Amino acid sequence: MKLVTVAGPPSSGKTSVILHTIRELKKAGISVGVIKFDCISSGDEDTYQAAGVPIHIGLAGNLCPDHYFVSNIEECVSWGLKENLDLLITESAGLCNRCSPHIRGILGICVIDTLSGINTPKKIGPMLRLSDMIVITKGDIVSQAEREVFAFRVGRANPSAKVIKINGLTGQGVLPLADEMKNTPDTITVNDCSLRFAMPAALCSYCLGEIRIGRDYQMGNVKRMEF
Amino acid sequence: MSIENTHLQIQEGLSEDYNNVRLFPEVKNMTIIGGTNKSGDIEPYSICCQSGDIICLVGPTGSGKSRMLGDIESLAQGDTPSGRKILINGEIPSSSLRTSAIGLIAQLSQQMNFVVDLTVREFIALHAESRLIPDPENIIDLILKTANNLSGEQFSPDVSLTQLSGGQSRALMIADTALLCPSPVVLIDEIENAGVNRKNALELLVKEGKITFVATHDPVLALMGSRRLFFKNGGIAGIIIPDEEERLAMRYIQKVDDQWTSWRDQIRNGGVLHLDDSKKKIYNRLIL
Repeated sequence: MKLVTVAGPPSSGKTSVILHTIRELKKAGISVGVIKFDCISSGDEDTYQAAGVPIHIGLAGNLCPDHYFVSNIEECVSWGLKENLDLLITESAGLCNRCSPHIRGILGICVIDTLSGINTPKKIGPMLRLSDMIVITKGDIVSQAEREVFAFRVGRANPSAKVIKINGLTGQGVLPLADEMKNTPDTITVNDCSLRFAMPAALCSYCLGEIRIGRDYQMGNVKRMEF
Repeated sequence: MSIENTHLQIQEGLSEDYNNVRLFPEVKNMTIIGGTNKSGDIEPYSICCQSGDIICLVGPTGSGKSRMLGDIESLAQGDTPSGRKILINGEIPSSSLRTSAIGLIAQLSQQMNFVVDLTVREFIALHAESRLIPDPENIIDLILKTANNLSGEQFSPDVSLTQLSGGQSRALMIADTALLCPSPVVLIDEIENAGVNRKNALELLVKEGKITFVATHDPVLALMGSRRLFFKNGGIAGIIIPDEEERLAMRYIQKVDDQWTSWRDQIRNGGVLHLDDSKKKIYNRLIL
């Protein structure tokens, strides 16, 4: 089974891009399932089910979504193998722009949209900088100049990634992404694989449910601003 | 600085130090291999466009013009609803070309907007930076002058993009695309409702050595093409090559259009229309 990680800011078009890509992969007889990582709630279960795609949702709740991802990815792979999938896609939202679920040796895709602003490629961290392929969405409604500036800045943030433009509404442009997924090697297990970048760290009283403000309530890994 | 010099400078800038944004190859020709229309009927056309060609796309709204532009933009390989295939220089575009097609095709459509909050000067400078043009002042002046000529309502480089009127913003977008995008293929989707001088706009966008596709409902623009694709039900229903008679008709339509433009300008500027006696007779005959 092949494994692909797809990450990107909320509402950047990840689900649409994945669904259009799956439609293309199905034509080639490839069975695809999706694990959707979300935080509070997810309405995507119905969307995937309606498209006939095996889907499993994982809600991180009040845990860091990245930590939740890495603690569950092995079981996700087992689920995919049990479902007899040819390809398993994990979809996760990089909510703090610091998240990066990409794993060494596993195809990592980042989805970002031009409407998020021309400074976004600089603001998004390892999720973009350490991905193999970057999908730019919503390019049809901004000026040619902004599209170019955006793509230029994406190229600057990650010079080695392949960059493609996909229209999430029509699916225009998905073929190169489908090809990339088709050609990625099989994975049997992610046990002992490494993340491409360390996860955001914390272990403080607030991680454990503290809500009061003040030094007296702070314990553990606390970082102070400098003034 | 002339437009030609600016382009030369851009090309030099490109070849020098364009390390991160991947370059496009020379496009001598592009072939569109027909797919199917909305009913699934075969589209029995294969169109080869040489550099320098202007191809006009006409047809009722919903007939498939924008879909064709979309196919070209994504260098479709049978993966779009139309099933069309696009060849570059007679070959299937390599996967590296398809995954780096950032600069190959420039597009200008009615639904595009500026979304950044910057002044006109900062915006053009930013675009110039991504094209690695070292001293953007000249190109800023040139784009501003061109945009002001197109829209007819002057604006300064220090005004914010968000404060531009619809016509000014469209004019700036056209001038910027024409002067700062060296892409060998240009797609234009319905620029006629923009409140700008559309014939000048098209002449600005259509440059020698480029392949230009224009989807339009405007007879003046439609007749400017070297070929006209007629769309129906999502597919090409015919290809028309303008003949001598049509060229003559085009000159007449152009005259009518000039008259129309002058009327529009008079009314826009608070004027009242006056007809001289010789014209009154003609109009009376037309009305009756």
